[in-house]
Amino acid sequence: MTTAETNRPDPVTPVLTKRWLSPNSWRLETYERLEGYTALRTALGGTPEQLVQLVKDSGLRGRGGAGFPAGVKWSFMPPNEDKPHYLVINADEGEPGTCKDIPLMMADPHSLIEGVIIAAYAMRSHHAFIYVRGEVPHCIRRLNAAIREARAAGYVGANILDSGFDLEITVHAGAGAYICGEETALLDSLEGRRGQPRLKPPFPAAAGLYAAPTTVNNVETIASVPFIVNGGADWFRTMGSERSPGPKIYSISGHVEKPGQYEAPLGTTLRQLLEMAGGMKDGIPLKFWTPGGSSTPMFTAEHLDVPLDFEGAVEAGSILGTTAVMVFNETVSVPWAVMKWTEFYEHESCGKCTPCREGTYWLAGILQRMVAGKGTATDIETLLDVCDNILGRSFCALGDGAVSPIQSGIKYFRDEFLALCDQNKAPTTPALAGAH
Amino acid sequence: MNEPLNTGSTYGGSGIGAGETHAAAGPDVDVHAASPLSRAENEALTVGATPDLSVFGPDVIAKAQAQIATYPESRSALLPMLHLVQSVEGYVSQAGIQFCADQLRLSNAEVSAVATFYTMYKRKPCGEHLVSVCTNTLCAMLGGDAIYERLRTHLSTDGTPLKHEDTSGTPGEPGSITLEHAECLAACDLGPVLQVNYEFYDNQTVESAVELVDALRRGEKPAPTRGAPLTSLREVELELAGFYPEEEQAFRARIDGPSAAVETLRGAQLAADSGWTAPAMPEKVPALPEVEKK
Repeated sequence: MTTAETNRPDPVTPVLTKRWLSPNSWRLETYERLEGYTALRTALGGTPEQLVQLVKDSGLRGRGGAGFPAGVKWSFMPPNEDKPHYLVINADEGEPGTCKDIPLMMADPHSLIEGVIIAAYAMRSHHAFIYVRGEVPHCIRRLNAAIREARAAGYVGANILDSGFDLEITVHAGAGAYICGEETALLDSLEGRRGQPRLKPPFPAAAGLYAAPTTVNNVETIASVPFIVNGGADWFRTMGSERSPGPKIYSISGHVEKPGQYEAPLGTTLRQLLEMAGGMKDGIPLKFWTPGGSSTPMFTAEHLDVPLDFEGAVEAGSILGTTAVMVFNETVSVPWAVMKWTEFYEHESCGKCTPCREGTYWLAGILQRMVAGKGTATDIETLLDVCDNILGRSFCALGDGAVSPIQSGIKYFRDEFLALCDQNKAPTTPALAGAH
Repeated sequence: MNEPLNTGSTYGGSGIGAGETHAAAGPDVDVHAASPLSRAENEALTVGATPDLSVFGPDVIAKAQAQIATYPESRSALLPMLHLVQSVEGYVSQAGIQFCADQLRLSNAEVSAVATFYTMYKRKPCGEHLVSVCTNTLCAMLGGDAIYERLRTHLSTDGTPLKHEDTSGTPGEPGSITLEHAECLAACDLGPVLQVNYEFYDNQTVESAVELVDALRRGEKPAPTRGAPLTSLREVELELAGFYPEEEQAFRARIDGPSAAVETLRGAQLAADSGWTAPAMPEKVPALPEVEKK
């Protein structure tokens, strides 16, 4: 890609985040003044097939963590309408470290609404749901207000902009369950049940909400669609790489001087992100970090130059996840951090499958015992053994995510875990403190 | 934190399930002592009785019916309806379960199964305010654990630190506070965070959190960093159920509360200050791609 060097985009490329700086950015009048709802007119002038092709051409990949090509996902929806089609937006943001969708929905709800209308049109859906976690009422208010405004302006409801296309949008508040971010658990929850994942296949495009064809997309994915319509697939591909195109909101938190939301081309490295974020807080060196939430195996200072796109993160032994970059400095004990995350997975395991339900319980217990200074020599092997029995053997990705911090923590910081075990034999060794 | 597990001695190379688990189980567990509910409340749950539904008047029934009408299938209204029930009683009581079951033609067991799955549905009466402290790894590291520990003792009235979901003061009375630790609240760049009735108070310290709960106990409503003007848990639950003020000005007052923290805008601001932009879009909106007609 040396020829592209000269055309390299700027380090920060505000697309989704650009309107956030405008006063009252959440209001329709602001949105319309800044090109809002122009993409919708273009989209309604085309056919659903053309829009699916456009999103395929753009290479847009799901921003919720898995990175599945959005256009391909859309194309799984059947062309006929024997049953109603549903579009469901996954706004159940809860992966530890992830904090991009909630500011997006608060600051620029209309970009999501416009994306929803275009995507629903492309998938022949006449009822879309936005499933938002319940703990963010301010987001839910902003979305409801945006829909109210959009309806009054003729963008939502019957015969949108005289196109003959009808769409209802319902904002649905969740009630506190991380597992509902898993798309089939989300659908069960939306049907008024306990949020527990379903066996796939059938995939939602065949039998989703109410057993009808359904597509579940992340907020950031859908909010990108109006920009792709306005700019075209080639423009979208001026940012990022061949297989991971476009801009992405990187959420930087933890021990940096200026934590926040930085929208940059996919493939940006932690070294570049740290530069934007003012470097490590108080100059204390980096110890470990996650590229995309606690479910993505951790990285260390060795990985400062890993391109943070879907391929780069995998090649380096992790996954991109939600680009929730949590940064931890040298004062933090890895076993303590891993224990806290494991307690989270234990709490959030839905209980449907045995490896995850029982496994996370025992993992948390062993880690608590180790951090309490009562580790035994076999604990590390036992942890890894339990991880092996969860990874790939649980019903959904929650189990896989639960083992990520443990396996990667032991991979890079085995000595710290060992120290907790040694300490059991030699009580005089000082404990590695938690972060307090 | 829970007591570390005693996983017993090892056989077969694994520490899991090892040791004399049945012998180590000890005497029978006192289920009443282990329950978060009182003995009377437990008996009310187990002894057949028809709960009094009079608290759910015609206006609540109308709201429940409006919720049902929103969805293609009625059962989808269950989560919003449980929020509605909580806005009436401040928690999901047995009567609330019965109410939802009646409205949706479900069994009590079906509704209970859902109500107990989700953390936001509280099974015992809550305070005027719910204070949720994020104690997930990142916030915990930045001070969330310290804030939670301090509030547990600070809000205690009898010297015993509050437990998760304990209430300081009389539930429902002005100034009463239910305290809980929460999992990631998706505000990690603003950590440590806490919420009062799910409105965000960002970048907290032990001192600011103590000041905040003291103000709540005095009946004040300090403004959240991000969110609508502070009300009460019940009023927010009504919004989560999907009901907002009818009158435009009152509605806008709920919507227009602050949301843009410095942290939220940092990337966009840095770009603006540095003259950085995304690559320009083409002058003319590109035509949609041609596709073969099937």
